[in-house]
Amino acid sequence: MIDFLNSIIVLLNFIIIPGISYGSQLALGALGVTFVYAILRFANFAHGEIMSFGAMITILFTWFFQSQNIGLGILPTALLALPIGIIATIILCIISDKFVFQYYRYQKSVPVVLAMVSIGVMFVINAIIRIIIGTETIKFSDGQKFIMKAKQFKVMTGLNEGLALKSSQVITILITILLLAFTFWFLQKTKTGKSMRAFSDNEDLALLSGINPDRVVFTTWIIVGVLACVAGTLYGLDKSYKPIIYLNLVLPIFASAIVGGIGSPFGAVVGGYVIAFSEIMVTYAYKKFFVYLLPSFIEPTGLVQLLSTDYKFAVSFSILVIVLLIRPSGIFKGRVL
Amino acid sequence: MKFERYEWLAITIMISLFIFVGFIQGWSVSLVILNMCIISAIMTMGVNISWGYAGVINFGVMGFLAMGGLAAVLVSYPPIAESWQAGGRGLGISFALLVILVIAVMYINKTVIQKRNKYILNSLIIFFGILIIRHFYLNATHNIEDVNPAIAGFLGGLGLPIIFSWIVGGLFAAGVAFVIGKVALGLRSDYLAIVTLGISEIVVSVLKHEEWLSRGVKNVIGLKRPVPYEIDLQNADWFINLVTYLNSSKLNNIIDVTDRQQVLNNLIIDGSGIFVKLSYAILFLIVMLIIFYFANKAQLSPWGRMMRAIRDNETAANAMGKDVVKQHLIIFVIGAAIVGVAGAMLVTLDGLFTPSGYRPLRFTFIIWIMVIVGGSGNNLGAIFGGFVIWFSWIEAAPITTFIINQLTIGLEPTNALKLHLLDSVPYFRYLFMGLILLLILRYRPKGIIPEKVRHS
Repeated sequence: MIDFLNSIIVLLNFIIIPGISYGSQLALGALGVTFVYAILRFANFAHGEIMSFGAMITILFTWFFQSQNIGLGILPTALLALPIGIIATIILCIISDKFVFQYYRYQKSVPVVLAMVSIGVMFVINAIIRIIIGTETIKFSDGQKFIMKAKQFKVMTGLNEGLALKSSQVITILITILLLAFTFWFLQKTKTGKSMRAFSDNEDLALLSGINPDRVVFTTWIIVGVLACVAGTLYGLDKSYKPIIYLNLVLPIFASAIVGGIGSPFGAVVGGYVIAFSEIMVTYAYKKFFVYLLPSFIEPTGLVQLLSTDYKFAVSFSILVIVLLIRPSGIFKGRVL
Repeated sequence: MKFERYEWLAITIMISLFIFVGFIQGWSVSLVILNMCIISAIMTMGVNISWGYAGVINFGVMGFLAMGGLAAVLVSYPPIAESWQAGGRGLGISFALLVILVIAVMYINKTVIQKRNKYILNSLIIFFGILIIRHFYLNATHNIEDVNPAIAGFLGGLGLPIIFSWIVGGLFAAGVAFVIGKVALGLRSDYLAIVTLGISEIVVSVLKHEEWLSRGVKNVIGLKRPVPYEIDLQNADWFINLVTYLNSSKLNNIIDVTDRQQVLNNLIIDGSGIFVKLSYAILFLIVMLIIFYFANKAQLSPWGRMMRAIRDNETAANAMGKDVVKQHLIIFVIGAAIVGVAGAMLVTLDGLFTPSGYRPLRFTFIIWIMVIVGGSGNNLGAIFGGFVIWFSWIEAAPITTFIINQLTIGLEPTNALKLHLLDSVPYFRYLFMGLILLLILRYRPKGIIPEKVRHS
């Protein structure tokens, strides 16, 4: 029995909790990509950089607050700076729409051209970030780092295995739940949300029924800005902020959005968790888990690892390819908010 | 073929850029940039063939380049006998098992009709098959990686002249492209972009971590060159005579013998560097012109016309009896092969293979900017794009430094803002690239040298 509990704790500590927090970050990112795809109808390669930009502004204001000795006690100061980051990210989104994307929307360009344009935007934002904050790795989480340390847990329960709970993980999960709940409420219940859904379903019909497309697009960018900034900041808070990491993050995010069914927000969220869990589960060495669970004479000798952690990144793409082959529309049929 | 007037203008601009740099920053710098420009132009032509001719998007440039680089290692590096002894058999067994596995899966796909049974059987066979293969494979690779890890630790190559790898690199890339194309080409263009981008990341991560094959992050250095080494040139009589002959007027003015010898030595050292780069440039130029010639021929041929028809209206082309799927695959593979050739040339030029150096920003997106800026569908445009973008990529730093210094001329040299800006000079090139791409897409969406409209 004790062994069984130990093995469960191992899974919780190394797979489930990291999986949920990483999955939440991916889900928020993928939701942003999905919004752009469903309303503006292009794959936004700049999304990772938008996330990075939001995180950067949050960091800058975190530093400012820290220098002024304003803090939130046990909570990270970044939470205080987050609203400012969100506002800045929304402004960035709207500026990029006004000066870049709007033109192509009016021209009714094909999605590929818009994707190319988003690559241009990606380069520009990327440069701005690097010029402002450099390329160094930045740790900006402060306050209480752990809600529960592995040692405390061991003492508390008397088990062999510890369960560590980082505060950044808990914050990530809580904020994600709040934000997702709000987004879905917004889409389902408010008038603007309904008009967005109508617009994504059938643009011509929506225009005929008097929905203002500019307003829909404007709202979309606001939502995208909020989601991107929060996702970027949470990722930076959890791992540590590194400007180049966000370009690599774009790929798992796209994978999540497509696996879930691009264009479907619920699918994006599910896709985020699917990708996160498969990345972690495929590359985790299960030796410890089996040592607890199996009787000693059939204990595994190797690491019991499906793929080495080096391939973490490849996993999300293999899943993407498999899903596209078996069910090209993703898990939930996409294209409609 | 005949060039229009603006095309001659473009060619003149390209040539004069290098002459300009040659006079300002020295011929050595100019030739270094020229070599990379030529390689970039070849990559751009590769992408241009699939995107410009047929509208097939290929964001896997980085992966194909890496395959070309791998070919350069596998062709030119001398074979390492101990590694083969240590792990050759195990690798052979696992490879044979893999082939059996693939055949088994294909057999099941053919014979089992019910869909559910097919999935279950397949996943069972793949799962257990991989378990067995892993056993042999991990043992073998482990043994190989243990052989003299400081300098070897991989299988080595064939020990052939590296110039063959340019062809092999093309074949490698074509092979990978064939698999990708079979899997992904049915997808819509934006999905295809993401999938190819992802698969190229997978290719690079395999090269990074399979040390028995490519030495992974430990890098392969000291690949043999197709051109003479500087040190050999400096001792070769014919080269010394050549330098003396070329600089005879300058040397004759110096009367003192030791001084003269000193000057001559310096000239020989400088000259050998330039000679090596020049030989590279000539080799690359030959490849570029060959590819350019055939790409143009193909574009003007009935096949090229069919490709344009498929690009402009897939349904109509299909209705006329053209096999769109097959043609897409063909052109995707051809484009990738050309990129693979460029990848092998890139490694040849550097003389080393660093898998961790392959990054999407540098090796996929920049190449795409070259294609868009140059003009998709026009081979000269592709070359022009490759030259201009690589040129500005390199020259962005000195120009930015100059501009920042001019703008902050009123500030003190220790001013924090000025120092910060000067520190971030290398990042301004991303800004330039993004702005160039956005401006071109907005004001000249067909590129600087657009595709010619043909009515034949």
